[in-house]
Amino acid sequence: MSQVDSLLREPLINGLDKTYGKITDDIVRNTEGNPPKDWWIAFGFALAGLLLYVIAVSWTIFKGIGVWGLQKTVNWAWDITNFVWWVGIGHAGTLISAVLLLFKQKWRTGINRAAEAMTIFAVICAGQFPLIHMGRIWQGFFIFPYANTRGPLWVNFNSPLLWDVFAISTYFTVSCLFWYSGLMPDFATIRDRAKSAKRKKIYNLLSFGWRGTAIQWSRFESLSLVLAGLSTPLVLSVHSVVSFDFATSVIPGWHTTIFPPYFVAGAIFSGFAMVQTLMLITRKVQKLEDYITIAHIESMNKVIVLTGSIVGIAYITELFIAWYSGYLYEQYAFYNRAFGDYWWAYASMMTCNVLSPQLFWFKKFRRSIFVSFVMSIFVNVGMWFERFVIIVTSLHKDFLVSSWNYFTPTWVDMSIFIGSLGLFFTCFLLFTRAFPVIAIAEVKAIFSSISEAAQAKARKDSSH
Amino acid sequence: MSQGKIEHKEYVYGVYSHETNFLDAIKSVQADGLTIDDAYSPFPVHGIDDILGVKETSLHKAGFTLGLTGTVTAFGVMTYVNTMAYPTIFGGKPFWSLPAFIPVMFETTVLMAAVGMFFVYIKRNELFPGKIPMIIDDRTTDDKFALAFSVDGKSADEVAKIKSALQKSGAEEVNTKSFE
Repeated sequence: MSQVDSLLREPLINGLDKTYGKITDDIVRNTEGNPPKDWWIAFGFALAGLLLYVIAVSWTIFKGIGVWGLQKTVNWAWDITNFVWWVGIGHAGTLISAVLLLFKQKWRTGINRAAEAMTIFAVICAGQFPLIHMGRIWQGFFIFPYANTRGPLWVNFNSPLLWDVFAISTYFTVSCLFWYSGLMPDFATIRDRAKSAKRKKIYNLLSFGWRGTAIQWSRFESLSLVLAGLSTPLVLSVHSVVSFDFATSVIPGWHTTIFPPYFVAGAIFSGFAMVQTLMLITRKVQKLEDYITIAHIESMNKVIVLTGSIVGIAYITELFIAWYSGYLYEQYAFYNRAFGDYWWAYASMMTCNVLSPQLFWFKKFRRSIFVSFVMSIFVNVGMWFERFVIIVTSLHKDFLVSSWNYFTPTWVDMSIFIGSLGLFFTCFLLFTRAFPVIAIAEVKAIFSSISEAAQAKARKDSSH
Repeated sequence: MSQGKIEHKEYVYGVYSHETNFLDAIKSVQADGLTIDDAYSPFPVHGIDDILGVKETSLHKAGFTLGLTGTVTAFGVMTYVNTMAYPTIFGGKPFWSLPAFIPVMFETTVLMAAVGMFFVYIKRNELFPGKIPMIIDDRTTDDKFALAFSVDGKSADEVAKIKSALQKSGAEEVNTKSFE
């Protein structure tokens, strides 16, 4: 209803000229006409990255994973680092849509659509790595449990690697459904203002023939709520399961009970950073500053400083427990992390993840676009190093001194990582042109309660 | 509330620009003793379900049932595999080790509940790719709200009564639309 939240609360939709029609125009405009030159340049870079990815992955499959820098000692490195990094990034979307929906945080409406899209693309990138690191990708279907004639030979249901298969595929499916069910009404909006018959037809196909009747909306809200309720424990479970890949092993440095909550906090941290990076660019390029406001950016920065601090506490707890355990190998693993051959990776991780986000305790920095952007990049870099540190430093000096080794990536390792960014940005750039990057219907639903225009009207009415 | 069945072809509808007027209009036409066939809005309007008397959907029940099916299926399959089809000792643990089954049971529950609910949702809402919907007015997905009444087989008097009730309710426009 047209009840105004609180006049003291910062509006989430700026601009006194806003109406429902203007909201549609502002958001849908970006999917109409030809893409601007900036978009083509960015898309060119992304496609080049994607090409690099295809080349490097093809080479890996053709020659085998011997073309990576792996050795007998460090037998997991960039592949799993990239996997965990991408999955972590993929946590923000569902968190924003689901958890913030349950907590009735209205600021989610400005960013949820793009964050969910980002989640899906990040999970697509993540899913590549377990497959290609198998070496024999053509036998990848062995990971699924199904009745077969090979024995029968079944998967190991006691293995966290199999739990990963279930967790990631469920997460991907549920995220897609959540995202798509929200998109249907917005596709209908694009359809109904389309000029050409072809465009109308395509968007009608995408909208599944949405009409927007009261009963449809009633079911829509019910579906969103239940999917949010299901996604909330799901999002927490996914990174917990990913952390089990390490935590259930007996390698010093991995065998840590703190891993599940620590990984989940890290995932939210890196996911919000990636959303921040993308949103700061998108709002500028697509002129959506009125919908993704400084208030949104500040809210995200608050989450970043909170989760960054949780991650910081986890790092320190790990060190303390290693010392307190009195267990020589555990102590050495952590000493080696901080002061060993990879001290530079540990230092980058600590600086980017723990120290620098502390700037966000100051309102001035939280509300600065420049600081937010730089910080979001820092966090992304720091979180990549976190996974690298956990994986490589725990492996490179194992129990047998004669097998101690230093991991150096090859061009293939690096190309696959850079290439996966190309894959991600190709998907995201296509999304920004074809799909509404802001949930139109949801923004309209909060318009009369917490927009600048509604607040101005309420002030005027109350002064009479 | 009907979903707009194909047999209804001729509609009279009133158009509104603001959700408050829209809700007031619903009450107004209901007070005139009319039954609304379809209420269109560009976003979910809060409080509309109670006024229109839309029954709460039982979508969540479908979700619960399917979720439970997922839990039971996962548990059953893992029990069968680990105790009968392929009993293998992993790290000296028992064949049937419930704690290790929990992650997969949880994920399968969520997967089946979500996928099942989505399909029930699109079925109940009559949505599918390529469906040609009956849209009373293109502007209802943009910035207008509309109340539609089927006038098939209604006399001129009844139609006039609907139109005047819509006028009275504060409709900005009263239009007719026919579907082929």
